[in-house]
Amino acid sequence: MSDNVIEVHGLTKVYGAAHAVNAIDLTIRRGEIFGLLGPNGAGKTTTILMLLGLTETSGGTVDVLGFDPVRQPLEVKRRVGYLPDAVGFYDHLTARENLIYTARLLDIPRREADQRIMEALRSVDLADVADKRVSTFSRGMRQRLGIAEIVMKRAEVAILDEPTSGLDPHATFELLEMIRRLKKSGVAVLLSSHLLDRVQSVCDRVALFNKGRIALMGTVVELANQVLGAGHPLLVEATGIDVAEALSGTPGVQQVVPAGEGAWRVTADRDVRAEVARRIVTAGGALTRLADLQPSLEEVYTRYFQEARHAA
Amino acid sequence: MPRSAARREGSPFTGIGPVYLKELADNLSSIRMLVLTLFIIVFGAFPVASSLQQLRTVVGSDAFLFLRIFTIEPEQVPIPFVQALNFIIPLMAIGLGFDLVNSEFNRRTLSRVLSQPLYRDALLLGKFLAGITTLAVAMVALWLIVFGAGLLLLGLPPRGVEVARGIGFLVVAVAYGGVWLAIAMFFSVIFRSTATSALCSLGLWLFFFILWPMIAQAITMAFVPAEITSLDQFMGLQQLGLALQRVSPGTLFSEAVLGLLNPETRTLGPMLPSQMRGAIMGAPLPLDQSLLLIWPQVTGLIAGMIVVFTASYVIFQREEVRA
Repeated sequence: MSDNVIEVHGLTKVYGAAHAVNAIDLTIRRGEIFGLLGPNGAGKTTTILMLLGLTETSGGTVDVLGFDPVRQPLEVKRRVGYLPDAVGFYDHLTARENLIYTARLLDIPRREADQRIMEALRSVDLADVADKRVSTFSRGMRQRLGIAEIVMKRAEVAILDEPTSGLDPHATFELLEMIRRLKKSGVAVLLSSHLLDRVQSVCDRVALFNKGRIALMGTVVELANQVLGAGHPLLVEATGIDVAEALSGTPGVQQVVPAGEGAWRVTADRDVRAEVARRIVTAGGALTRLADLQPSLEEVYTRYFQEARHAA
Repeated sequence: MPRSAARREGSPFTGIGPVYLKELADNLSSIRMLVLTLFIIVFGAFPVASSLQQLRTVVGSDAFLFLRIFTIEPEQVPIPFVQALNFIIPLMAIGLGFDLVNSEFNRRTLSRVLSQPLYRDALLLGKFLAGITTLAVAMVALWLIVFGAGLLLLGLPPRGVEVARGIGFLVVAVAYGGVWLAIAMFFSVIFRSTATSALCSLGLWLFFFILWPMIAQAITMAFVPAEITSLDQFMGLQQLGLALQRVSPGTLFSEAVLGLLNPETRTLGPMLPSQMRGAIMGAPLPLDQSLLLIWPQVTGLIAGMIVVFTASYVIFQREEVRA
């Protein structure tokens, strides 16, 4: 119980006749990075806003750090940091002044605030532009300033809505690094995104949203097993040997399919790389490549929505 | 929905202080404020200068010399200073208020600020109070300049009662500005586009200044019977016309100011011979009587401000924060 920072049961949001969020259940544990995935309009942002008490719920219960966002939004908002999609700051103020305003809203004493703000800005590499106006900032810098706000707030939970959208690859990489650092300092991170490979690289668990419901939830590997079927896929490239023949009868190997000139796709129910390599070499083949095909979230996502469409 | 009936915890005023201070600092340091101040000075300096010119010739013969600076209609300029203010205060309030809320949407700062521990109440009220304070600062500065110029050019100090009436005038002016600030804020809550919101506020302002007096008159005319048979009937029509005029905040302001700055004013409506009995024409009323006279007008202004503010508050509470 105390390990869960967010617990959601049957959360529902109705706009007119449409269910934007339809009876979802969700738990987020202390110190994990949880990804909310799904197409636009699937209910990710609405869910986030309800967690923060910024939108009224139509049904279900939400518990954030032991508080109810509907009745105790101030307590929730004091402990949860939020980085909205395309976060905005007051352009005519400097980075530091923007954070000072937040610190005042949080009722942090002035001297402590100054110190926390400098630490936070340093942690997101914005210390040298602390006194520059935000109007001169790039999008990536604004996002980082948003992270700095969460760091300064010493939030126990950070909720990031599309934190990497519209960022160049380098800025994305930096931002994800900061998100990992947040996790390391013990903050539970909830992030929504549609940049799947990026999400895959940082998330411990993900939930796949579809039309207001959580379609799938778990680690990336679990999802892959669920959607793509179980197994460890391998890509084997070798010359001077028929890999399919060499591997026949190997314990654990379920299927070997040719995948082009001198390449095979191997499906196994466990990690059989060492055994595969040994067999190919002893059979006299030259092993040129042995790759563990990590199940990609993108594949899971695409396959899932293809199937969902077929089912519909 | 049963859940919305659940009581929320924590004071709605949490965080109002920082919001107020930030908005006030923004207002006072903005270029917009500079422009508005220049505007007032340009529009106000001329009537004040010409009234002073004229008043210098009558020093000593008038007991309320300082108040005349505001109300006298100078020969060169056909508008007295208060009338210029009647026109300019709304413009200033609209200038301060037309983008109070929608600019937060457009800068995408609203959801971030609201994710800090404060209710929307505090944000709205803090912004409104900061706007009122800004107006008050501007009005006090203006008032001091006028009194200062009077001191220099007329060469005699204002009497206590003049200062008291002047302060009353300040309060009325700020309340009047508050009404228009609330209206501008109302539109800034309704419309996401700042241009639309400014246009609506200005449109309403022009409507009340140009069209409404005519419309009120037309409506009153429609009620005039073929023949007016009694005094009561005539009075009724007069009252109706006046009541319609008083829908415009500008009418309330000018009536209240008339009562305060023209101490001779005995009534703001039609006057019956019975009310004249025993009155010495042209004799000033004491301050408390003048205040009593304008009390409904002042209450009306403040009530209007509260009503419009409440309307924007209700709409803002229901608004979705997502951009």
